[in-house]
Amino acid sequence: MRDVAILGVGQTRFGELWDRSFREIGIEAGLGALQEAHLTSRDLSALYLGNMASGAFIDQEHIAPLILDYAGLAGHHIPAIRVEAGSASGAMALHQAYLAVASGLHDFVVVGGAEKMTDVPDTLAQAITSATADQEWETVFGATLPALWALMARRHMQDHGTRREDLARLSVLAHAHASKNPLAQFRNPISVEAVLESTPVAEPLGVLDCAPASDGAAAVVLGPLEGARRYTDVPIRIAASEVACDTMALQHRKDITTLEATVVARQKALKRSRREISEIPLVEVHDAYSISGLMALEDLGFYPKGRAAAALRDGEGAIGSRLTVNSSGGLKAQGQPFGAVGIAQVVEVVRQLRGQAAERQVSKATVGMTHNVGGTGATAVVHVLERAN
Amino acid sequence: MTVARFWRETPRRYNLGGNRCVLCQTVYFPPRPVCPTCTTHRGSLERMEPFALSGEGEVFSYTVVHDPAEGFEMEVPYVLALVKMTEGPVLTGQIVDVGPSDVHIGMKVRAVLRKLRAEGSAGVIHYGYKFAPAPEPGGRDSPGVPVESPAGKVKPSAPA
Amino acid sequence: MSAETVGIVSYGAYVPRYRITPEEIGRVWGSDGAAMGRGLGVHRKSVPAPDEDTITISTEALRIALRRARIDPQDLGAIYVGSESHPYAVKPTATVVAEAVGATPYLTAADFEFACKAGTAAIQTCMGLVASRMIRYGVAIGADTSQGAPGDALEYSASAGGAALVIGRERLIAEINATQSFTTDTPDFWRREGQRYPSHSGRFTGEPAFFRHVGECGRRLMEKVGTTPKDYQHVVFHQPNGKFPQRIGRALGFREDQMRWGLVTPYIGNTYSGAALIGLANVLDHAKPGDRILVVGYGSGAGSDAFDLTVTEEIGRFDRTLGTPVQEFLDNGAPISYAIYAKFRGKIRLGGEAA
Repeated sequence: MRDVAILGVGQTRFGELWDRSFREIGIEAGLGALQEAHLTSRDLSALYLGNMASGAFIDQEHIAPLILDYAGLAGHHIPAIRVEAGSASGAMALHQAYLAVASGLHDFVVVGGAEKMTDVPDTLAQAITSATADQEWETVFGATLPALWALMARRHMQDHGTRREDLARLSVLAHAHASKNPLAQFRNPISVEAVLESTPVAEPLGVLDCAPASDGAAAVVLGPLEGARRYTDVPIRIAASEVACDTMALQHRKDITTLEATVVARQKALKRSRREISEIPLVEVHDAYSISGLMALEDLGFYPKGRAAAALRDGEGAIGSRLTVNSSGGLKAQGQPFGAVGIAQVVEVVRQLRGQAAERQVSKATVGMTHNVGGTGATAVVHVLERAN
Repeated sequence: MTVARFWRETPRRYNLGGNRCVLCQTVYFPPRPVCPTCTTHRGSLERMEPFALSGEGEVFSYTVVHDPAEGFEMEVPYVLALVKMTEGPVLTGQIVDVGPSDVHIGMKVRAVLRKLRAEGSAGVIHYGYKFAPAPEPGGRDSPGVPVESPAGKVKPSAPA
Repeated sequence: MSAETVGIVSYGAYVPRYRITPEEIGRVWGSDGAAMGRGLGVHRKSVPAPDEDTITISTEALRIALRRARIDPQDLGAIYVGSESHPYAVKPTATVVAEAVGATPYLTAADFEFACKAGTAAIQTCMGLVASRMIRYGVAIGADTSQGAPGDALEYSASAGGAALVIGRERLIAEINATQSFTTDTPDFWRREGQRYPSHSGRFTGEPAFFRHVGECGRRLMEKVGTTPKDYQHVVFHQPNGKFPQRIGRALGFREDQMRWGLVTPYIGNTYSGAALIGLANVLDHAKPGDRILVVGYGSGAGSDAFDLTVTEEIGRFDRTLGTPVQEFLDNGAPISYAIYAKFRGKIRLGGEAA
């Protein structure tokens, strides 16, 4: 297996993109990444696309060749492969693309993640995303994704003394960071009080504890690390790309305040990249809900179980602190096009490691981590990225 | 949901029909074709026997849902919970017949049959389990708070 | 006990949790609700939650009955549910109930309809099947979630609840000594296909309907078995309000104390097909071995079914503490406003419905 590098990244704005179609946003992100990598479409040998539910959102299946076609590549007859893993579709697509390049099967591959969620009414969007929970044993009884995460939050509060204010701090942080991100959906700062007073969704979670449903796309171009400087000044090496899974339904988990899938994926990723967690100053976690962001900080090993809240109270998580969490604004404030978030996390870390994060820059970061979850934790994907020497 | 897809689960949804591994005696709900605990043991595959849960359990976690799942709009706000059954499995279901603010972790509940949702006004009605407060020790159910009657206060016949 | 003796092996009752008062209903319609309540002899009525219906109520009542007598549901040979508010116009309540208690597949089942006496008619059918030894145990359920039209007099009393009786030949807690019916074509109360709420003929529902049928049926049964009112410790009538049963009871010669336990409508409203059976369940909750009970049901359209029962020694061995005693449904409940009641009962037109 050879080393794989990220040669270029691209991303659309995230938000309610009323006048942009799925094809348009997919192409914009992909072409942006290609241009950065100084590659032309002729150089590509495969396209991978992470997307959760195009059939439900825009009535279109078989979308990988669709994007290939509208990117002008149909005539090249290269493989176009769609990957689905709920909200982890993006990172899972990256994982598959990484394997393809690492194995030597393909040289240059574009990996995109895209979702267009605003073409259906809110209530339908909620039902579509809840289909990543167990339809026969959870949603049929009235469970929604926020309700399932709320069950975890309540137990986390019971077992570890976490309070709503602690959860709120993650949303506040996300918005503060997003205010410096021109691509973010929500750039307005918010307060802890605003989060606590926001309309209840599933107690203890309110509207401001929950990431939105968004439109958006992100893409990266991968190639062998060897020779990568022909294409980019700062190749970013994928030091680890690891996936772990767990039970589908929350009720079957060993401990509902821990995502074992995250724990195992992190352990494998640190082993593969030969790193300790303390070496990582920069992480993009899956903050679909404030509680999921909080649990991620513990399950990724940054803090012992039950102790992330105290760290956030001490100001950790902010850009420039000991650990920068979601400098992009995370799913909460940058936005949450389900299939795209896993790639967007990688785009942010790449920009940080290259020194291109402008007002969000974490100085001298040479390594970063991303964390993407599917459903309520049946899938977790962890990537470790480094500036190549 | 299509008729067939719901209908085939009625033994589970009406009667909590789970199964149990013959070898390690672990009880599962919903029933599983293979015991996840025993798959490491040779010859344990497919040795599962039917086992119906009693319906008794306690609340392990809960949330009050304000933004409902499709079909549950009339019940907002409703309580969704993880219920740990006495036989071991944890189930996801609504807690009914109690005010949301009276639900607490550790509360004893029992399964009851309720309407889940109807497919519009012309489609099939789906039924399944929800959880109501369990009868107190001594066997008497306590369905609610004493009601004020115009004839004067009615005393509850059992402590709430 | 002769070879033909059949009776009640077990019973169970269930009334939904919520309650609304006549005062609260009157407040919305500009009527003196308290006066309406006094006139009807109804203090409060039960209201089913949005997730309850005749199927769920019947299931709960039968589950209680089966638990109490420790009957194997596979030994049930018939399940009949009598109601005027079956959830489906076509597709039986009885099959869902049968499935939900584990009685399927080797049994017969059907739904009964005869206004408020659909449950008592089911008892008679079970008696026949059991006495003829076609089945070992039969189940007769009377349950309803009936509604009155908004602002109509019936709205003050129409409520929800049900009871299940297991009929058999063995381990009887009460023997059914005799049954008698009185049936005529009398249009006192009806609902046409497709109509949401029933209609009634005002004061015609009194003398020519309820009083005639209940009175004649009760008298005929007592004549048949050679009894007079003083032979009974308890009497239960169908009870559309708190007044009618007391009137007919007095007219037939019964005393207040004989009618006491069987009168449940003042506390839970008129549970229609459930009423007489819930009244009987409350009597059985309090009865002693040797007590003799007269039950006279009534259904509009019109007819009465009457039963003469004797409680046995077996009731002492029967666990009446399993499941809720009827008295708790009478005493307890969660009061709701008319707004919540209207929402629960589907009286509010939701988005997406045809105009």
